[in-house]
Amino acid sequence: MAIIAAGTPVPEITLKREDGSDLTQDDLRGRTTVLVFYPFAFSPVCTDQLQVYEELLPELAEQNAVMYGVSTDASWSQTAFKEKLGITIEQLSDFEPKGAASKALGAYFEPAGMTNRALIVVGPDGTVAWSHLAASPGDLPGVDKVREGLAAVAA
Amino acid sequence: MDPAGTRPGAIRPDDHACGPLDGPPVVLYGDATCPRCQDATRFLRAAPVRLVWRHLVLRARGPRPRALAGALEAAARQDAFWPFLDRLLADPGRQDDPDLWALARELGLDVERFERDRRDEAATARIDADLADGLSAGASGTPAIVVAGGVDHGIPDEAWIQALLAERAT
Repeated sequence: MAIIAAGTPVPEITLKREDGSDLTQDDLRGRTTVLVFYPFAFSPVCTDQLQVYEELLPELAEQNAVMYGVSTDASWSQTAFKEKLGITIEQLSDFEPKGAASKALGAYFEPAGMTNRALIVVGPDGTVAWSHLAASPGDLPGVDKVREGLAAVAA
Repeated sequence: MDPAGTRPGAIRPDDHACGPLDGPPVVLYGDATCPRCQDATRFLRAAPVRLVWRHLVLRARGPRPRALAGALEAAARQDAFWPFLDRLLADPGRQDDPDLWALARELGLDVERFERDRRDEAATARIDADLADGLSAGASGTPAIVVAGGVDHGIPDEAWIQALLAERAT
């Protein structure tokens, strides 16, 4: 599955926010959005990634950008995960229908039935500005990759 | 070589470095509370590499990583960075403030100075600069181990060292 390419408008998607409300493609307009797709809450590798990204939040705020973590876990699991990590990055659940939004964005890993390790940066106009699919789900993109994506919006 | 230390992973004059001067440079961005960093550091201390420790202190992990990084900086000012780190790693269950004071005493440090230094602006600035460096170098977790070929996040083993030495020889 190829990840959604830069220049493509975000298709119709629906993800569940932590408060149970829906987040759709229309909610991505007006500011830059960084979607961080990770395979599973509580997997040891994902743990480190989101704690490292938490350090980037002040920099994102300066650029009118917001970051979300996305996985196919249910919101309850994501919230527990977030609390365990001590992070504030809001989590979006792609639980039901499972992985539908991730599939629409090319960020789903079919062989294992899980969200792939991917980053998608959406510009304030609702168009994908940059995307990155890790070579394998265990391959963690660093903060430098997120910065690369933000630079694509600024360009 | 990069004497000015401008490349990611290059050794800077003010780095906390140990091991043979002619060994391949290995820069470990770590958190002394992190068990994987402890394992990686214990292994690398005995390896034929020029090991550098820089702090990767993540806010999400609470106050202890920063407290330990500050203690290490304070120990460094009394030329005891590596003995202090070695002792912390040897007994990772003892990392509270009274343990740090006891350790400083055992190593013959001036404890009052140690206590003052570990919280001062210079220590804070150093810890923050190390974090910024680590993030720029591509750290996505701890330990983040930067070598000439890039950044690794696993715990090094003998095969990793051999590959590093072989790469350097080519």
